Order: sequence, then structure tokens, then C-alpha cells
Amino acid sequence: MSFDVIQPGMLSLLQDEGRYGQHAIGLTTGGPMDLNAYRLCNRLLQNAENCTALEVSFGGLQLEAKVDTFICVTGAKMPLLINDEERALWRVHKVLAGDIVRLDFASAGCRSYLGTADGFDIPQSFGSSATVVREHIGGLNGDKLTPGDNLPCYRVSHRTLLALPPQLQPAYGNEIRVRVIPGYQEHQFNRIQQRRFYSSEFVVSDRCDRMGYRLEGSPIQCDIEGILSEGICYGAIQIPADGQPIVLLNDRQTIGGYPKIGSALSLDAAKLAQMTPGCRVHFEPISIHAAHNALTMAHSFDHRLPLKEKTT
Amino acid sequence: MILYLGEQTSPQVSAKVQAAAHKVENALAGDLIDLVPSYASLLIIYNPLTTDHLRVRKQVREALNTIAANEQREGSVVALPVYYSSESGEDLNALAERASMSVADVIELHSGSEYRVYAIGFAPGFAYLGEVDERIAAPRLSTPRQKVPRGAVAIADRQTAVYPAVSPGGWNLIGRCPQRMFNPEATPTMPVSVGDQVKFEPISRERFIELGGQL
Repeated sequence: MSFDVIQPGMLSLLQDEGRYGQHAIGLTTGGPMDLNAYRLCNRLLQNAENCTALEVSFGGLQLEAKVDTFICVTGAKMPLLINDEERALWRVHKVLAGDIVRLDFASAGCRSYLGTADGFDIPQSFGSSATVVREHIGGLNGDKLTPGDNLPCYRVSHRTLLALPPQLQPAYGNEIRVRVIPGYQEHQFNRIQQRRFYSSEFVVSDRCDRMGYRLEGSPIQCDIEGILSEGICYGAIQIPADGQPIVLLNDRQTIGGYPKIGSALSLDAAKLAQMTPGCRVHFEPISIHAAHNALTMAHSFDHRLPLKEKTT
Repeated sequence: MILYLGEQTSPQVSAKVQAAAHKVENALAGDLIDLVPSYASLLIIYNPLTTDHLRVRKQVREALNTIAANEQREGSVVALPVYYSSESGEDLNALAERASMSVADVIELHSGSEYRVYAIGFAPGFAYLGEVDERIAAPRLSTPRQKVPRGAVAIADRQTAVYPAVSPGGWNLIGRCPQRMFNPEATPTMPVSVGDQVKFEPISRERFIELGGQL
């Protein structure tokens, strides 16, 4: 019982929520770059939290179902085709053994989540199935999908065909406002540099990957060049000597020695992860209280989303 | 939340970080997601949906107050065998020349002291050890190598380390350790943890091969 990989696409990785509690031995978290889209995928499929799904970056995936089950695709606007027939995203579909499932290239956003009923059956390493290619850990042999891989899954005969109403589906644009909680070495950046950081427009550079997004814009100067290496949290914004900010994401190094001006709010860092080179980014400082409220409100909103059954 | 326990690298500050990590772990219990101890800081990652920063701040403060002045969590002493040679450490000769001393003296200085594990990071199982005798300290290579072999023993400034896996790297290579620093199949996965002391023991080429080392 599996899906066979015909075309892996540019970068397709098996991911659960991520690997936690392993920073002490230097393991990063990995996990879905857009946690919101990943979670909705599992919820639409009526899966338990943390079920392993496929994160497809940019598109180009082609799978053959070897089992009767259900799938759902959430996230970037990547055309989903089952046996060459276009199907809706953010909605559960039944697939039968022999069906060809295709995800073409994204027209907005860049990461999609393809989930199956009860998730892919991937063994955990260090408590998680999340693939971190740099560490050769998780997924299938710690690597991205390659042609001929088998993705083990379950035969499932009953699922409600839930869908997320179109007006509630996230829109992935090419401009984003990232809320930042100032912190870390913020005082090593003088007032002018801080103003410049929060008032300038930055552009996502070509060097953006699962480790971090490097931005380009008016250089931000720091009074110091480096610090004693210290822990780096998700969303931390490093300013290396060239003054170009790097927002650190899922596959970041656990410790590092570049000065940091603050941390992006996790909700916004996940949205940033849907951006492609050339997209515009603005930063806005918020207090830790406001950040806490935003997280709590988003959590409560997510849990009240009306997921409705659709009959075709 | 990040906690700073000092401004410089020292065994005392590192011991404080160790003690704080232990106390914070107990105090936060289920609200804690992960901890990253480093040279002089402790990054505390908590679950913002089950607790909040005010509560965490209070718990951390209280936890720190319970650390007794003389409290020391002594790490264990771990001996790591090293085959020092120009064959197993490409930069050994250059490093000796730079330090104006013989290769034998470099080996004696490097294996002559115990190093503290200050931090683990960069890659799974990469332990930053310090501090190397000033006479054999050396800056990073101007052009990092694309491929440093697993087990490579290296120096950068006053830090030393054993590469846990093949990776790019800019440190000066002086030898090779046959023991794996990170093995996902083993328990524990690493022979050392933060706060431990490491001592390098020079071994011969034959012994290195015997212990499973590869050149």
C-alpha cells in the first residue's frame, strides 16, 4: 500500500510537525515551512495531528496511487490533477489504485501539502518523521523524494469529503508584512539602523531555502560584527556584516554567531516561507504582549474554521 | 526567551549555563519545547499557547534563585583517541610551522589538556571544545574545504572539535578520531554532552585502523 513516485518535482519532502527536544545534540526542527497549510491538510482529512504529509515546493510532482484512499492538497496555488482532470485544492478527494496524481507548478505561493488519510507511514527518527536533508535525517533515508520511491500509506475506505470554503483559503501574494518582536542584540543596532530596518522595503533574494530567507535591501549596520555563538529560535533575524537580513526558518542551524535584531512572529515567518525571489517584505515591530495575543487569537480562529462537506 | 549568564567564554560561566538549563527544564516541565545551551547563554523555547512570557520569566527567575553558589554539575571526562599525522590531518604541518614549533610539540599541546564541551550545534553532534592553548590557536582557513572527512580533529582560533560527519568546513585539520561523534543508531547518540570534559589520546596509525578508522 503506497504511492509510487513517478516525478519527484523540484523539492518534495516528507514532513510531520517537526523534531523537538533534540537541540541539545544539534538537531534542527525541520517540519512544514507553512505550518498553517500543513495543519489544515490533516484536519480536512480528519487525521490525527502530526500525521506525515508531503511538502511539495514549487511543484512538478507526479505520483501513482497503489491503494484506494483519500488525499487532500493545501497551500500554494499548484494545479492538482487526478488522471489529467483538474481538482480543487483545500478539499478531500477519493483516489483509487492506479490513479495518477499530479501537482503542477505553483502560480502563487510555493509550498503545498499533499496529505493522505491517516498520513504516510514513515518511521520516526529522534521522535519525528520530518526530513532534514542537510542532516540526512527523517523521511525516506533522510533525503528528498526521487523517482521510484514508494511512499507507504494506508488503505482507507471512508472519509467525509471536507473542504475549506474559498473565502477562508489563504491568498498568497507577492508582498508581506512581517511582525517582529525586537530582541536578542537589538541594542547593538542604533536608532537610525532600527528605523531603517522597520521602514525599508526588502526583497526576497535567490538565496532562500528551508534554512532561511536572505533578503536584499538598504544595508543595516550593527555596532558589532559577531557575538559568542548562541541559540537561534525559529524566525530569528540575523544581520551579517553585509547588512542584508536573513530570517531563519525550519532547517536553521541551532546556534550561530551573527547579531540578531529580533524574531519574526511565527505566523508571519510561515507566510514568508510561501514567498519566492522578488517578493517584497516589510518589517513592523510589535511587543511581546501583542505577539502573544496574535498567536492565541490565530489558534482560536483556526479551531473555529467551518470545514464543510461538499457534494459534487 | 534567551538567558545570558555571562559575557565571555569560561568554565565558570559554562557551569552556570549547565546548572540553569537543568533548573529551567524542571521548572517549565510540559510548557518547555526545547533548550539550547551555549557558551554563555541559554535559549528557552516555550509553548506560547500553554503559558506566557510573564509566567516563564517568573519561573525562570525562581529557578535561578535555587541554584546554590557552589553548585556544580560535574560532567564526565571522555577520552577520545586521535591519530595525529599529516596523512590524517592535512593542516598539521602548516599549523606547526605557523606556531614555530615541531609537529610533536603541537600534538603534545593539543593532547595535553582537558577541554570543556561548551556547545553543540552547527551540525548534529558537532561539539565546540575549548580552550586550545594559545600557542597552537589558528584562524579559520581563508577558503573553507568543500569536504572535511568524518572524524577530522580540527582547530579554529581557541576552539577544537571532531567533525561528526562529512561536511564542508574551514577549520585546521590536525588528525582523525576513529570514534563516531554522532551515530543515530547508537544510545546515546553522542559520546559527549555540554559540560563534559574531553581529553584527546594520541594513537598510532595501526591502532587507528584497528579501532575502525578509515583514511
